Amino acid sequence: MSVKNIQSSRNKKRYFKEKVFKMYGVIALFISFAFLVTFFGNMIFKGYSGLRQAKIYTTISITPEVLEDPAYAFLEDDYYYISRDEIRRLPLKIQDSKDMMNKTFNEWVIADSEVDQYLKGRPNRLKNSDKKYLDKLKEEGKLKLFFNWNFFTNGDSNLPEIAGIKAAVFGTIYVMIITILVSVPLGIATAIYLEEYAKDNWLTRMIEVNINNLAAIPSIIYGLLGLAVFINFLHVPRSSALAGGLTLGIMNLPVIVISSRAAIKSIPPSIKEAAYGVGASKLQVIWHHILPLAVPGILTGFIIGLARSIGETAPLLVVGMVAYIPDAPTSFVQSTTVLPAQIYTWSTASLRAFTEKTALAILVLLAVMLLLNTLAIWLRNKYEKQW
Amino acid sequence: MKSLKILALVALSVFFMAAGNVLAREQIRIVGSSTVYPFSSYVAEEFGATTKFKTPVVESTGSGGGHKLFGEGVGENTPDITNSSRRIKEKELKNNIEKGIETIEVKIGYDGIVLAQNKDSEDLDLTRKDILLAVAEEVPVNGKLVKNPYKYWNEINPSLPKREILVYGPPTSSGTRDSFEELVMEEASKKIKEYGGKYSKIRTDGVYVPAGENDNLIVQRLVKDKTAVGIFGYSFLEENSDRLKAAIIDNVEPTAENISSGKYPVARSMFFYVKKNHLGKVPGIEEYVDLFVSEKMIGGRGALKRIGLIPLPKSEREKVRADWQNRKVLKIEDLK
Repeated sequence: MSVKNIQSSRNKKRYFKEKVFKMYGVIALFISFAFLVTFFGNMIFKGYSGLRQAKIYTTISITPEVLEDPAYAFLEDDYYYISRDEIRRLPLKIQDSKDMMNKTFNEWVIADSEVDQYLKGRPNRLKNSDKKYLDKLKEEGKLKLFFNWNFFTNGDSNLPEIAGIKAAVFGTIYVMIITILVSVPLGIATAIYLEEYAKDNWLTRMIEVNINNLAAIPSIIYGLLGLAVFINFLHVPRSSALAGGLTLGIMNLPVIVISSRAAIKSIPPSIKEAAYGVGASKLQVIWHHILPLAVPGILTGFIIGLARSIGETAPLLVVGMVAYIPDAPTSFVQSTTVLPAQIYTWSTASLRAFTEKTALAILVLLAVMLLLNTLAIWLRNKYEKQW
Repeated sequence: MKSLKILALVALSVFFMAAGNVLAREQIRIVGSSTVYPFSSYVAEEFGATTKFKTPVVESTGSGGGHKLFGEGVGENTPDITNSSRRIKEKELKNNIEKGIETIEVKIGYDGIVLAQNKDSEDLDLTRKDILLAVAEEVPVNGKLVKNPYKYWNEINPSLPKREILVYGPPTSSGTRDSFEELVMEEASKKIKEYGGKYSKIRTDGVYVPAGENDNLIVQRLVKDKTAVGIFGYSFLEENSDRLKAAIIDNVEPTAENISSGKYPVARSMFFYVKKNHLGKVPGIEEYVDLFVSEKMIGGRGALKRIGLIPLPKSEREKVRADWQNRKVLKIEDLK
């Protein structure tokens, strides 16, 4: 065999290996993509119907009896198909506005979740006679699906037809504010100290190893820390945004320290040296040169840490935030719940009408994550400098 | 980077402000069992919607966790009410008494634990002994305890179908598991002399699969898997009756009537415990409990029945109300 032949057969082998290697990559990509599509598809299929809510057009007549038993306000035929929430709130509504008494209204009211599920073709407990009556209402145009604003303007409820994510979304925002206030200043300060001031000795190396280690600790451990330190020792109110935010802030700290250090490290020493060369003090070098140049890297780490915290449930379970709290918080010390906790609570509910709420809330959470991660990529590309 | 300095200052001040002064509480705090949680939060919601009081916070911590938090003492940082899917233990009540907590017991109804399977599967007519032999770590063979060899139901009892034994049930952390062990395994093993007393060890060779705290997950598995049976609370069976059915245990079907009358053997009582010391201090506790024990909620046609509560018999409901009206404090002797 000539040398040429040997070479060409070797080349063939090399190309083949190359191709196989590439195929592995394609297969891996395909598999992860298939998982993602299945997951999203499943969530969208289960959740899209949650965006709509059945309402019934009915007559409400307010008489003095209604204050005793609000059932009297509704037509007997329609009463069983109307959400309990519409009925139970009537007496307080009448007391609040005096001019409702002895009047009759025609109104669209929220239907019971069984009716809602029936209209959407999902499993329900209605009997055939119920279905016949509802079909008649539907034909007359008195039973319709509307856009479900309640899902965004209401808090948690045991009645699926009025349950919403408002309280959880506000709770998440409150918790995140505290998380940012705790983790960002502390994290950046730590990173600056370690990079610019600390001497390279065994102590700093110990701290470095520990910080890297802390970043990988299971999040529930931080929950236990939060319970012991913030709630039991510092007496921060249980279930409050403050307790949750402090816990997640501490959890986030290592991530921010690590990403900030990487960002500071990536700044070419020539810039620092030039600043020192013209007589700048250390403080000036840090504030005028290092920090501004490190901001894109710090921001990316910060946003990715934030996205992780938003989806966190385990540590918040320990500090009491997985709870029934229907009202949006108005202060940091008030009890509140968060979006992933709300998803968890709904997923354990026995009523099947909660399935679509769970899926829809998951979609909302995914949308927020996507938004945050896109923002992180955008910021990085926008401010990234080539040296 | 001035903003960064301001941010840091704000962070510190918020931290110290909040740590330094805890607000006076105007909201009822409830902790405890995840089984009682749906009922408790339902009443809390109704209470918030129909009165001017703030909606109570209901946390699902498990019965044991609830008693622990409740028993920490008296004061604003401790819960006012704890839910429990079992009666308070003597140890827990003793602790409450030592801490100066006056505990009022309120029984709200029953919860049945069912063995459910796919609606298309062959009916299962079991005794508690059959179930014990299916899931126990060790079973008696020829007068000796040996490692559980049973793989098919008909090996335990020839009248049962030849179907592989596969049980999805709650994990060790769950109150439902405690009750299952107590009401099925311990009750049945007492009568088998080889066990020499109560036995509640569950096999770990993959026949019994701990399926997580979320009963909906077990439901979903049973829908797909026709051989398997699952263990969970009655309310999940009721809600999924179009696709699941329950096994008959000791000749009794788990229906609301059979559970309420005590005929169905695998049922437990549900309670909540009120801290009497907090009455009059935290606004609304009395009104919340009044609403909870009302006929409108726990009655034979009450709202909680719709979400799976099995009501107490009428006479017992009246006794519960009378005890609450007298604010009867629970004593150690009452537990015996």
